[in-house]
Amino acid sequence: MTYSPHTDADRVAMLEAIGVESVDDLFADIPESVRASRFDLPPPLTEQEVRAELSRLAGLNRIPEVSFLGAGAYRRLIPAVVDEVVGRAEFATAYTPYQPEVSQGTLQSIYEFQSLVCELTGMEVASASHYDGATATAEGALMACRLTGRHRVAVSRAVHPQVRRVLETYCSGPGVEVVEVPADLSETGSGLTDLDAVRSLVGEDVACLVVQEPNFFGLLEPMSELAEAAHAAGALIVTLVDPVSLALLEAPGRYGADIVTAEGQSLGIPLAFGGPYLGLMAARMNAVRQLPGRLVGATRDAAGRRGYVLTLQAREQHIRREKAASNICTNQALCALAATAYLSAVGPEGLREAAERSTIQARHLVATLEMAGIAARRFTAPYFNEVALRLADAGPRHAALVEQGILAGLVVEPEYPELPDTLLLATTELTTDDDIRRLAAALGAAA
Amino acid sequence: MSAVGERPTTDASGRGAAFHSPPAGEVLRVVEPTLFERSRPGRRAVRFPAPSEAARKAAASQPPLPDAARRTAPLRLPEVSELELVRHFNRLSRLNHAIDIDFYPLGSCTMKYNPKLNEWAARLPGLAGSHPLDPGPLSQGSLELQWLLAELLREIGGFAAVSLQPAAGAHGELTGMLMTRAFHRSRGEGDQRRVVLVPDSAHGTNPATASMVGFTTRTVPSNARGGIDLDALRGALGPDTAALMITNPSTLGIFEDQIHDVLNAVQAAGAIAYMDGANLNAVLGRFRAGEAGFDVMHFNLHKTFSTPHGGGGPGAGPIGVSPRLAPFLPAPLPLLIAGDPATVRANAWSGRSTPDARFALEPPGARPTAIGQVRTFGGNFGMHLRAYAYIRANGAAGLRQVTDDAVLAANYVRVQLGDAYDLPFDRICKHEVVFSARRQKREHDVSALDIAKAILDEGIHPPTIYFPLIVEEALMIEPTETETRETLDRFVAIMHDIADRSARDPEAVRQSPRTTPVGRLDEAAAARQPDLGWAFPEADRTGATLSG
Repeated sequence: MTYSPHTDADRVAMLEAIGVESVDDLFADIPESVRASRFDLPPPLTEQEVRAELSRLAGLNRIPEVSFLGAGAYRRLIPAVVDEVVGRAEFATAYTPYQPEVSQGTLQSIYEFQSLVCELTGMEVASASHYDGATATAEGALMACRLTGRHRVAVSRAVHPQVRRVLETYCSGPGVEVVEVPADLSETGSGLTDLDAVRSLVGEDVACLVVQEPNFFGLLEPMSELAEAAHAAGALIVTLVDPVSLALLEAPGRYGADIVTAEGQSLGIPLAFGGPYLGLMAARMNAVRQLPGRLVGATRDAAGRRGYVLTLQAREQHIRREKAASNICTNQALCALAATAYLSAVGPEGLREAAERSTIQARHLVATLEMAGIAARRFTAPYFNEVALRLADAGPRHAALVEQGILAGLVVEPEYPELPDTLLLATTELTTDDDIRRLAAALGAAA
Repeated sequence: MSAVGERPTTDASGRGAAFHSPPAGEVLRVVEPTLFERSRPGRRAVRFPAPSEAARKAAASQPPLPDAARRTAPLRLPEVSELELVRHFNRLSRLNHAIDIDFYPLGSCTMKYNPKLNEWAARLPGLAGSHPLDPGPLSQGSLELQWLLAELLREIGGFAAVSLQPAAGAHGELTGMLMTRAFHRSRGEGDQRRVVLVPDSAHGTNPATASMVGFTTRTVPSNARGGIDLDALRGALGPDTAALMITNPSTLGIFEDQIHDVLNAVQAAGAIAYMDGANLNAVLGRFRAGEAGFDVMHFNLHKTFSTPHGGGGPGAGPIGVSPRLAPFLPAPLPLLIAGDPATVRANAWSGRSTPDARFALEPPGARPTAIGQVRTFGGNFGMHLRAYAYIRANGAAGLRQVTDDAVLAANYVRVQLGDAYDLPFDRICKHEVVFSARRQKREHDVSALDIAKAILDEGIHPPTIYFPLIVEEALMIEPTETETRETLDRFVAIMHDIADRSARDPEAVRQSPRTTPVGRLDEAAAARQPDLGWAFPEADRTGATLSG
């Protein structure tokens, strides 16, 4: 099956117009010595065969009936209207809005997205999107290096392990050293970033402290103290946040965050085995010229009509080349559109309801498991909608439940060897009372 | 910008908000209010169920959210009904040009048709609902799909191994450059090899990527035929060279016919040969970069393999690598851990599963030579599955046809516009052709930008302009293989007409566009006084009622 519209007669006519005998003549400039010797791909399929093949693969996945798995990607309600919006071909099949007169739809929606990110985070300027929360965080740390002229980054051990790995990979580029700040993961620990360690590790040579709120274990960090400690050393603070949590939690701009990043997957974007997701990044206006990624600004046409354009492009690779703030070009525009549609579909009340229901179900879950004597909280600090629990034989019991279609969150030990017998469980607005009952019953039986 | 509501407006003719093409000679231009202007307190679309009494009671035994952590700022998200929301975005959508509306010959971007079948596949619950950390037994389908796609891309590019992790072309470049450095370090040459050579026709991402990895960039000039200046390249190569980054076919749409010598020179100098795969649509089945001797190439799934560009993303930029770079690929890779690869492939190509096959992600730290991880989880899976559907639909024969027809279309346009516009490199092109409007500029003061804006008035998207940088007043046209001959003919006629009008009535061309939702926008003002987000009226700010 091919999507080419040409008939053989078309092709003959076109070859004639060009003045060549065959299409091979158009490839005569490829030297013999480098021509492809093989192209061993499967034969073409018809639509019904492609459907069968993709259905086969989809059928090999098993979507658990009950899942408490989060750890950076969350099963949340995607309102039907969101998928309708991102399905509009006028958005989906447009390119980057390089011709603003015929791209006002995309441009205005990005302007609205930037506005929403600023409103959520309490910051002054937000970029048009990044690949995901981790790359946004890594680019945020590199931005902090440019802003401070320092070449060392401190990151809390309570930041998502994959985010830390991406941060290290990005920092290895320009040779920025990444220092890990310990978290209190001891037997009776808080589970929080060690504030004393921050004070001693974040010195005059450190560009920024990177922390996550709520942190990887779902715990609420002392953000004001962390920000103060970083600022006392002349360093910036880069905070990776959960956008849904910001319905209830303080806007990072109010506790002194300098650069705020987030994984926006929760805002109307399907799990889709890890992507495409959405990186959010926001900062103070005085840092805008070091902000990586596209920016949309409002302006006017000659008749005074409001319109939107890509702006401050002197930061970007297509203008500045080797002096650009980042190499980012293609971003996650359609995912930013999904987030914009999501946030306007739920509104302030809906986002608060979703966040609150998530936090209440988390407490419901903990209370149920603690009461039944199945598990106990691993850390003492207050939590949001995700919680680390200690229970005996966590690994085998987790595996046993998978067989029953129940996913008891994430086994933490492979990422944190110091935390054996620990599960990380997330609740969202989709978590039902019945889910919690079934998990408790299954965990109890698997003891 | 004034925050107080600018209501939907129409032009002076007083007609209602209209989005259809206006009757000839009339202009109807519309401003869609922002979500914030549409917002009215108390309106909403989606509701969530309140927690049950039992849940609340149980939760009450647990510590609540501490007051100190709670939001103190109001959360002023838009408050709109669902219908208003739908209308807002549908009205905005109609202000966009898109492939599904009309021709989009934007050079370097491969704006081909994005098949609807791919969109159907992306919405299959078994794929869309797959959590990236689902244990292996639950995610065999996602892992097999990624493994199969990597196998297909490996064959298409002639490489030893593929990583699907990079989220975009520039991200693939970053990954490739990090691997380049890791390779040189592994041979004790990390400190010495600091220079990346880039042709003057390169995409801006190439030098920007090199900088992100701490390399310095040296530019290599093009020769009179639009290829790389081989002598200059040989002169620039040395013991300090880390890599050559080259786009082939080049951004001029020309296949580098000295590629054999280029690769030999790079290899002899001990450097890595990086190919920017943005123009892969031109050579499917005819040239395989890995087989030819390139060490690494990124694929743009959103160009060559038809995944929608989404108004700027998401894309996907998998990379293929030679055996000597394979150890450095980012982790984790999806692996076949049980079962014979040839059998698994053969079965999948006939639509069958292999009962004893098992797939898994590499565990953290399993491959110490890996450069690390370049994003969370396994990449833009939603793009992977669309590309997989596309490659399977086309098969080998279909993909060859894609390239043949793309190159046919570009040459068809080339021969028909050569009399109207200057063609700086007048030779057979690949998937795109670069003209220059320097004649129009010199003789009539009509620039490439003016011509682009005049094209907008014809209801199609203009070519890429002012790129590549080495062509004055560049018009870079990439028709792709999915446009009919009638569409190409219409485009050719429009381009001739604009060339005529540039001579006859240049002022009118400079006044375009006239039929678009807005006229030319004041970009200088946008940069001088940045308005990058909605400014809430002060009353809102001080009203400080915390929502909820």
